[in-house]
Amino acid sequence: MTWINAVVQGLLLGGLYALFACGLSLLFGVMRIINLAHGDLAVLGAFLVWTISTSAHVSPFWALLLALPVMLAVGYLLQRTVLSRSLRGGPLTPLLTTFGLGIVIQNALLQVYSPDVRSLGGAAGVLSTGSWRLSAQLSISYIGVLTLATAVVVLGGLQLTLQRTSFGREMRATAQDPDTAALVGVPASAVYARATAIAVGIATIAGTFLAIHSTFDAASGPLQLLFAFEAVVIGGLGSLWGTLTGGIVLGIAQTIGATFDPQYSILAGHLVFLAILASPRGRSILTRSSR
Amino acid sequence: MSASPAQPVRPDSEQPMSASPAQPVRPDSEQPMSASPDIRPLWTVRRSGTRGAATGLLLFGLALFAVPYLFQANVVQQLTTLFIFVILAVMWNALAGYGGLVSVGQQAFIGFGAYATIFLAQHGVSPYLAVVLAALASAVLAVVVAPLLLRLRGGQFAVGSWVVAETLALLVALDEDLGGGTGVSLRGLNVYAPNMRRAYTYWITLAFVLVLLGLVFFMLRHRVGAALQAIRDDEEAAASLGVRTAPLKFGLFVLAGFGCGAAGALTLANTLFIQPQSIFGIQWTAYLLFMVLVGGLGTFEGPILGAILFFLLQNQFAQQGAWYLIGLGVVAGGFALFLPRGLWSLLTDRFHLRILPFGYDLYRPAPVIKES
Amino acid sequence: MTLLQVDDLVAYHGLLQAVRGVSFSVEEGTILALVGANGAGKSTMLRTIAGAHHAAGGRVSFAGADVTHVPAHRRVRHGIALVPEGRKLFADLTVEENLLVAGRRARPGPWRLDTVLESFPMLQPLLNRRAASLSGGQQQATAIARAVMANPRLLIVDEVSLGLSPLAVDTVYECLAVLRAAGTTLILVEQDLQRALSVADHVLCVLEGRVALSSATAAVTREQVTAAYFGLHTPQIAAPQADLTRSEQP
Repeated sequence: MTWINAVVQGLLLGGLYALFACGLSLLFGVMRIINLAHGDLAVLGAFLVWTISTSAHVSPFWALLLALPVMLAVGYLLQRTVLSRSLRGGPLTPLLTTFGLGIVIQNALLQVYSPDVRSLGGAAGVLSTGSWRLSAQLSISYIGVLTLATAVVVLGGLQLTLQRTSFGREMRATAQDPDTAALVGVPASAVYARATAIAVGIATIAGTFLAIHSTFDAASGPLQLLFAFEAVVIGGLGSLWGTLTGGIVLGIAQTIGATFDPQYSILAGHLVFLAILASPRGRSILTRSSR
Repeated sequence: MSASPAQPVRPDSEQPMSASPAQPVRPDSEQPMSASPDIRPLWTVRRSGTRGAATGLLLFGLALFAVPYLFQANVVQQLTTLFIFVILAVMWNALAGYGGLVSVGQQAFIGFGAYATIFLAQHGVSPYLAVVLAALASAVLAVVVAPLLLRLRGGQFAVGSWVVAETLALLVALDEDLGGGTGVSLRGLNVYAPNMRRAYTYWITLAFVLVLLGLVFFMLRHRVGAALQAIRDDEEAAASLGVRTAPLKFGLFVLAGFGCGAAGALTLANTLFIQPQSIFGIQWTAYLLFMVLVGGLGTFEGPILGAILFFLLQNQFAQQGAWYLIGLGVVAGGFALFLPRGLWSLLTDRFHLRILPFGYDLYRPAPVIKES
Repeated sequence: MTLLQVDDLVAYHGLLQAVRGVSFSVEEGTILALVGANGAGKSTMLRTIAGAHHAAGGRVSFAGADVTHVPAHRRVRHGIALVPEGRKLFADLTVEENLLVAGRRARPGPWRLDTVLESFPMLQPLLNRRAASLSGGQQQATAIARAVMANPRLLIVDEVSLGLSPLAVDTVYECLAVLRAAGTTLILVEQDLQRALSVADHVLCVLEGRVALSSATAAVTREQVTAAYFGLHTPQIAAPQADLTRSEQP
């Protein structure tokens, strides 16, 4: 029964990873860059939510609603200032600048918030601690279900936006061919800025759920970036629903690893990722272009 | 149109072509090749820099071996640290500046080199021999990992390399024999008196620096170097010209694995104690980025300059902790955006300084055209 | 009135000067045929006029306004639309989506999805097809329709008939005739000299980045254009840069 419990927990954990992967995948799909500061931006959002939640004594979910507009603006400005210039600099530049940005965010958070580990689980109340007890070994946590449901809603919403709205069409057109998009009147940099804003907003949601789900501190960002990337690769680049699959596979890999020994959980995830990279499926990744 | 030249330009000669008795290249001449050799070519190709500079630097490098006899142990240790930074910067620059591969996971090899040294020392190998073997083992690791990572491009390669680093760190931390999460020290070095130990560590570090710099130097002068610089400038164009990018990138990756592994092993020999979190830590990549971007990405001398600068900054500001790292990140990012070829490019462009003989210059000797 | 005025335009491809001081003008409601060998600089020139390429020197004026340094997406608002060489449809979008993307940022005007589809009836059954799955002729029709969705005053088509079957070319020119009848000004790059001279009011021949011939089509023979195309010197050719298309200025 512990196996089934592990799989179920992994499934729920996958929702969290899918949320992290979603923002990374969006930026990669539209701008062809991997934002190395993605995890750190999510953690920045989590700290913002934490600050609002603790100083205004509100539930993290309300705090998230207040924090989202701020983080959307942060993403928008980030593209307008740093990322747009990086794109002009060549294929290496976005990696170098986003890495530098990640270091700056991590250490700025460290300076402001100290290395203390925090959590939003307490502030979320019963939602973070309660669960449905299905059997002696199998329980399903409220927060796990909520996270997975949020991931599905966010992914679905994003997919709908891309396919059905004019804004989404512009994003897809710009992603394919920014120069021709400009020739039909679509301003590439404005499209990119909006995409970055959305990606950072989704990252903030992901960071908040991470904070409720477990603990976080200033240095939590990089690991989430790695998980997000692993989920994207496992699920297949360029497919939004693939990130959900990838997140779930990663989550299950980790929870099954944990059944052997809690120390093995993250390692198991990495090994599954590397195994998939080594497989024929991994070789097909070569055909995807990237910056 | 002008006739085709009988002889190709010989790029390695120091003299303008007209001094040689063989037929020079005459790109714009109207005359057939059998005409008078009194007419000099309009343009010739010459190596930039001078051979003298290269030999001079080599002699300086060899002279550095004398440092432990002339200076205190403290200076010796500081220089060892500086040399380790130089190795790391040159290696990362080789990967990113010439191969276009931005790795944020070189700490995988740094840590592996250090822990391989521990492992070998624990199994009876003499510590300094263990350092050398550990560097070779890191090269082997790079060979193993390369097929996995080199199928990735750009940002995917970057994050993929980071995953490899994290995986290694976790595996090492699980091994109690290697000290687990708390760390381990290189006890084999205790047989030496501290002064001698520092001197030996210094010498072996200096030897690695000279060997690695020499490797990169000859690689750049050789045809391989031209191919690498072509990849750096435009990979697709280079591939379309027949440059075989895959073996070159593989070679660079293995070289960087070897060099970073050596750096890790030497760091262990220099500091005697390591922990997984720090030796496999991402801050190494932050340092590498800073050194290479500020010094000059894609140049030979740039990383050395960057390493020296970083060494000075590290001594001065490392105690500032988070602020120091923020500063590093901002400066590195700023250079990436605004001055990617780094401070070295400022010097070369401003003063037309070409010290070492890479690259070629077009040279126009004074026209002397005699009527025949 | 003069809709487009180009003065001493200079543009580079890297270090190569592709456009070396080109000057000409186009009257509203007319058709200009742009001819020249491959590599003569036509595409670069057109892209510079549309804003997709940086102008290193010279001036582009549209309806009296200086648009030389206006970004491409804003020039669409002014009324310039370019159908680029190679069509460059958004491959993963459907035909309908390709059209809608262009329509979103259009100038106000009569062209909307329904009116465009009336004038381009061959696209109606193709609306839900992915652009990458269309034939050459269908792609060209879609590309032109896409540009038309922006309600341009000036429509530039780079390589009208490249890679198309004769039947497809006829269809395309029928579409262009509809546009001409609606008052749109056209600049067409056309390799078929016969077709170009029969359709256009004026012809501009470009050679190695410079204007080699500029004339009303009625006033020039095919042989003269051919000579200018290949850079052959004949005494009958008007001096380069002489612009016979300027009408009397008030």
